[in-house]
Amino acid sequence: MSEKFRPALDGITRVRGVRGALLVTDDDGLVVADAVMESVRGGAVAALTANLAARMGKATVAAGIGEANFIHLQAENGALLAMPAPHGVLVVVIAEKDVNVGLARLEMLRAAEAVR
Amino acid sequence: MTVTRAIEPWIQDPLVRFVNEAGARLTLIMTPAGQVLAQHGFTRAVDVMAAAALGAAIVSSTREMAKTLGEETFTALNHQGVRHGIFLAEMASPRGPLLALVVYGSESSVGLVQLFFEDLVRELNEACPEEEPTRPAIAADFERDLNDSLASLFGR
Repeated sequence: MSEKFRPALDGITRVRGVRGALLVTDDDGLVVADAVMESVRGGAVAALTANLAARMGKATVAAGIGEANFIHLQAENGALLAMPAPHGVLVVVIAEKDVNVGLARLEMLRAAEAVR
Repeated sequence: MTVTRAIEPWIQDPLVRFVNEAGARLTLIMTPAGQVLAQHGFTRAVDVMAAAALGAAIVSSTREMAKTLGEETFTALNHQGVRHGIFLAEMASPRGPLLALVVYGSESSVGLVQLFFEDLVRELNEACPEEEPTRPAIAADFERDLNDSLASLFGR
């Protein structure tokens, strides 16, 4: 991982219930930096989440409510969080079901600031 | 309507799945010599022939560059344009090395194409039948084979 982004991603992964965090290019769906467990397919999460975020963004614009600025996707055994950061980067977090989403979001905002 | 056609039927289903999941606009599966085994999205035979020849030439050129750098080979190559990207990759199969040329638009991404390309390679290797005995290529057969292949690729 790029040393520049390590503190920002470490801040996210320190939140209880967070399984991993990634910085992803929003147009290419490629991993810029990640801190995920080995069992997580970081490349797959990056590509699919970037695509999802792009489509969700189109949906919110079509609905007349502007660009999406936070995505919280609740799954059977956890949650996927995503937030746009400057320079076409997306902050992506994989978390357990009982994660404190507010706290995770705060750390994601800090990570987004680190990208600036 | 966009059509996917394969000369060898075992390629058809994995290719259709890949195209749908990766959101590819155009795809060619071919040999390193540029012989096309399957195509998706092309409407003219001349475009298939040109894309296959150029794709095979690019892979051949980058292979030589890789050798110069002491690499065995570059496995994948991506060219990013404003509206389209081209992903060109080599894959091993029981029939020997194959090339995939994928053109994708803004509704997809290189990340998605890479991701589902891994699935395509695995599925093609699972679906590939035992290798057929090779037959010598003779000039008289070449043009007929080429025309037969193009006819198959466009459902004629």
